[in-house]
Amino acid sequence: METFWYMAVTLMLGMYVVLDGYDFGVGLVYPFVTRTEEERLTALGAIGPVWNGNEVWLLASGGLLFLAFPKAYAAGFSGFYLALIIVLWLFIARGLALELRSHVDHVLWKQVCDAAFCSASVLLAIVFGAALGNLIRGVPLNQDGYFFVALWTDFLTGPEPGILDWYTVLMGVAAGAILAFHGANYLTMKCDGALRARASHISTVSGYAVVGLVVLVLATIPFVQPSFRLNYAAHPIGYVFPLLGVTALAAAIQFRRRDGDFAAFGASSVFILAMLASTAWGSYPNILIATTDPANSLTVSNATAGAYGMQVALWWFLLGFGLVVVYQVYVHRVFWGKVTLDRH
Amino acid sequence: MESALFYDRLQFAVTATFHYLFPQLTMGLAFLLFYLRSRALWTGDEHYHRVAQFWTTIFALSFAFGVVTGIPLEFQFGTNWAKFSNFAGGVIGQTLAMEGVFAFFLESSFLGILLFGANRFSRRTQWFASLMLFLGSWLSGYFILATNAWMQHPVAYTVAPDGRLFVDSLSGLLTNPWLPWQFTHNMTAAVVTASFVMAAVGALYLLSGVHQDYARTFVRIGVVAGCVSAALMIYPTGDGNAKQVFEYQPIKGAAFEGLFRTQRRAGLVLVGQPNVETMTIDNPLIVPDALSFLVYDELYAQVKGLDAFPRTDWPDNLPLLYYSYHIMAGLGTIFVAVMGLALLWLWRGRLYTANWLLWLLLVSAPFPYIATTAGWMTAELGRQPWLVYGLQRTADGASPLVHSGNALFTLLGFLGLYLLLGILFLFLFVETIRHGPGGHPNGHAA
Repeated sequence: METFWYMAVTLMLGMYVVLDGYDFGVGLVYPFVTRTEEERLTALGAIGPVWNGNEVWLLASGGLLFLAFPKAYAAGFSGFYLALIIVLWLFIARGLALELRSHVDHVLWKQVCDAAFCSASVLLAIVFGAALGNLIRGVPLNQDGYFFVALWTDFLTGPEPGILDWYTVLMGVAAGAILAFHGANYLTMKCDGALRARASHISTVSGYAVVGLVVLVLATIPFVQPSFRLNYAAHPIGYVFPLLGVTALAAAIQFRRRDGDFAAFGASSVFILAMLASTAWGSYPNILIATTDPANSLTVSNATAGAYGMQVALWWFLLGFGLVVVYQVYVHRVFWGKVTLDRH
Repeated sequence: MESALFYDRLQFAVTATFHYLFPQLTMGLAFLLFYLRSRALWTGDEHYHRVAQFWTTIFALSFAFGVVTGIPLEFQFGTNWAKFSNFAGGVIGQTLAMEGVFAFFLESSFLGILLFGANRFSRRTQWFASLMLFLGSWLSGYFILATNAWMQHPVAYTVAPDGRLFVDSLSGLLTNPWLPWQFTHNMTAAVVTASFVMAAVGALYLLSGVHQDYARTFVRIGVVAGCVSAALMIYPTGDGNAKQVFEYQPIKGAAFEGLFRTQRRAGLVLVGQPNVETMTIDNPLIVPDALSFLVYDELYAQVKGLDAFPRTDWPDNLPLLYYSYHIMAGLGTIFVAVMGLALLWLWRGRLYTANWLLWLLLVSAPFPYIATTAGWMTAELGRQPWLVYGLQRTADGASPLVHSGNALFTLLGFLGLYLLLGILFLFLFVETIRHGPGGHPNGHAA
């Protein structure tokens, strides 16, 4: 049952990164692909009706983590205190910029909103990457199951690391590149003309950057978190996830070269999901790995919320997840295809 | 740690209070919008469709602010209240996760359809989307109130060997006896806020001599819905809430009524300043026997005062709790009078030209926000010193390793950001009102 919830939370987070990931990606490439107000409206129109629903995947993931592993939720959220609050502020700026841009018809207002949307997207993409880096590297949990990490200390991955160190910064940059790639793929699928051409170009360039960064990230994992090898050594079947990820990345780049816009986007989605699954495979059963003493790590068994609660939640979660899939498919379907600007 | 706790509390109070300014309007408007869209669909009346479009723009504005200010609340359970999350997450994780899975997806998916689909979807689809928005936003309210109700009156839990709480009956959690009165009271309050805002916008247009057709509809719907909901706030929902407080949380009841000493024939304090040192009310204006009657339906009933309980269990900010409650109850009474008067004039067909009454409706608009805020302050200050009533004290719920320097840093950040957000909202709200209904199908150009 704990393992099911571990997978469920991973899946929800994976859906979040794939779906809101393209919204972030649009934010990352936004200043590079749009030149005119009409193009900006088109790019924003590509995510306008769906980004809010996509963001809910994060809230739902947080809710499920709280539900299934309250101890890990408590430790993680208080331990990354400053980073999380800054994430909140960025979410506020980004959300309002997207929703309110059209409310005032003035060029300066549009510029403020564009700047907020773009810079918040860049920073959040980096923070998300760094967050994943923190989960891989581990945090200095004490015996009571709590920790507190500063934003940075000496940028080394020692026993008393900061949120930002050389590895997590590398992860952040990689996440930025991956989401830019993903978002550019999304825009080629949703837009026409010059906008599509520029997005396609960015996708090509960032695709190669992603390859380089992923190689770096994978190559350095053994220095940062040697224990990741154990699960793979014990259950080699797990190698299917990183292999799938690498294949999907290669496929995405190949589809891009052949202008298979939809296939390229699909492949970059699979790539993201597979890489997250690889991380989860390496980390299991740990949710938060302790850099202090492995006994302090929070795992699916010592952070769990009780048998009845997890059992009963399974039923409503399956029902709710079904409903969510229905709404999400419906909304994505009705807004399917190239963006057309409504003329009022 | 003492000061970190203070900042943690202040930060949650600030962010929760500011957040709730928005959902109270959106939840109330979701109800009124569903009515407007139903009426537009049933009668095919273009006028109601345009009215609905205008209020959808306001709804979207308030919703956007509600969403971005709501996320910090879910996060803060973990960031600032880690020991509370660890202690109670096995129970309230259920309701919070359900809110995410069942309500948030519903709301965000269908709002996109209403905002971006004005020219793309049939009236029937738009009506359906407004039904889903109504359902989603009220469901969200239900799950959040189920969480709060559990903190006020914990049920359906077992204590694990390590002291943490786990849920032992999901149905018990969702049908907490505390919940029906709290839910009806709170949701009716949302309708009061939306009605006052709608009536005030109509009154503004009538007084300024613009958008007369729309203005009359706004005023009419606002006044009728406002009158009914304001009356329901007092009876039965307010009465029911107060009675359950005296039943389950008698200290809170004694504290907010300013009843220091246990007595038969307890009077109802209308006005006065509580002096905690001498345990008296200065400058009192008291209705004799009324409190005994209201709580127990009997003039001679004995009501427990604060002296019946140890001081360590008293709410820690007693005067503020007392004032919050009196502001809420006082305003609630005034709302019924204002809306009752307006309804009478509406019925006599004179409301649209009665400038003094339109002015009254206009200036009343901010007060439901104040009353609702005061109501929540009553509920939450009155729960102190407990975080989970009777089970965990607030002082034991904060994050152990977040020191006061960090907590103050983020508190200051929130204060600055929310000041900016408040100004921005007011500006955009006024712009939308100034722009007026018609000719501007919705706020989104894309």
